[in-house]
Amino acid sequence: MIKAISLHIEQGNFLLSNLNFEIMKGEYVVFMGKTGCGKTTVLEAICGLRSLFSGEIWLNIKNVSKDVPAKREIGYVPQDGALFKTMSVKKNIGFALKIRKWNQHHIDERTEELANLLGINHLLDRNVHDLSGGEKQRVALARALSFYPEILCLDEPLSALDESTKEDMMRLLDTLKQNLEITVIHVTHSNTEALKLADRILYFENGSIKENIQVI
Amino acid sequence: MMGVIASTYVILIVAMILADLSYTTPHHILEAFKSREIQYAIKLSLITCTITMVLSLLVAIPLGYFMARFEFRFKKVIDAVLDIPIVLPPLVIGLSLLILFQTAPGRFIESHMRITYTVYSVVIAQFMVACAFAVRTMYVTFVQIDNRQEQVALTLGCNQKQAFFNILLPQAKNGILTAASLAWARALGEFGPILIFSGATRMRTEVLPTTVFLEMSVGNIEAAVAVSLIMIASGFAVLMIVRLFGDKNVGV
Repeated sequence: MIKAISLHIEQGNFLLSNLNFEIMKGEYVVFMGKTGCGKTTVLEAICGLRSLFSGEIWLNIKNVSKDVPAKREIGYVPQDGALFKTMSVKKNIGFALKIRKWNQHHIDERTEELANLLGINHLLDRNVHDLSGGEKQRVALARALSFYPEILCLDEPLSALDESTKEDMMRLLDTLKQNLEITVIHVTHSNTEALKLADRILYFENGSIKENIQVI
Repeated sequence: MMGVIASTYVILIVAMILADLSYTTPHHILEAFKSREIQYAIKLSLITCTITMVLSLLVAIPLGYFMARFEFRFKKVIDAVLDIPIVLPPLVIGLSLLILFQTAPGRFIESHMRITYTVYSVVIAQFMVACAFAVRTMYVTFVQIDNRQEQVALTLGCNQKQAFFNILLPQAKNGILTAASLAWARALGEFGPILIFSGATRMRTEVLPTTVFLEMSVGNIEAAVAVSLIMIASGFAVLMIVRLFGDKNVGV
């Protein structure tokens, strides 16, 4: 469960003020709104990449407002994937586990498992430079899921993809949603994505939440 | 038209070097290599430049990182201070160093370890200028690398230090090579500060630019040109090595 209590976050020269919302365990929530409305900022604040001006963020029963990102255990996929350029696909996926000092055998097993889940087995030994947009996003997803996070934050994960790849990725995200017990926050502009994937839509406008729509 | 203007400069550079070459003979260069004083100057130049390069990187990498990734008060002022060694006339740097070591703290250091007019002063004089170029290069390198990857690394469990060493530094490889070669080449060419802060004593604080100066002042132009060519060749070699080793797929 994620709980935001009267969040104030500075973004450039304006303030996101008094945001309150709750996201249930296993829920798939889509953040929508115009560019610059603050949805990405809120996502980054949840991940711990942006400090709060005031307010609190709770994950389950813990106030994580002051915790560094590493302690929050949230899987994060930024817009362009931001794969580690100096590492192979395999190393990218196993990175979080290596930092956690898993032994190589277990890292390989987990990497294999994720590659199967996301259909990127054939890419494992490749460099990240020559992957297509869709492949990059799959690798970024695998990397974000590697350490069994309870929460996944996706920042416009499909916006840079062409239509058919978008379809594939939406199916993939839908499958993940069905099969993994994971809470997902997904930032997007696209109504199609929101309607296809969301359990609930939070609509941001001018730094506050305008609407909170339950999708049936 | 543009092409003519552009190529004029390249032609000028090459013509300068060709003129140097035409002024000397293999015999002169061999003579230069045989001279004990010049052998000493070559050795001292190579050693001090390498030490200066390493020191510059040790300072420039963390300093460039902080300047590129963190916001703090007076950042603009510090940014300007870092450029002072680049804009100051070299002689002024030498003079300022000399005066610095005349102050109370400076004299205290000198009483324990002699700095001025020793080889240590050569390294310090080189470092003061070369490091500024290395810092500038690392600053630009880090700024140009998007911090998104480091942010992802933080969410994956890294602390700042791990993100720096695992994610940022490997991407900065080209920048580090450039900073190193710039620092090395600047140090090799450094003359003004060394002349004032270290003197020009043969077999003691004589580096290659000092040799050129000393040989010219006694009218031995052939030897001066021969030593100049040695410097041009070694400087060019360093630049080429960086170009060849620079990995084009990584970093900036």
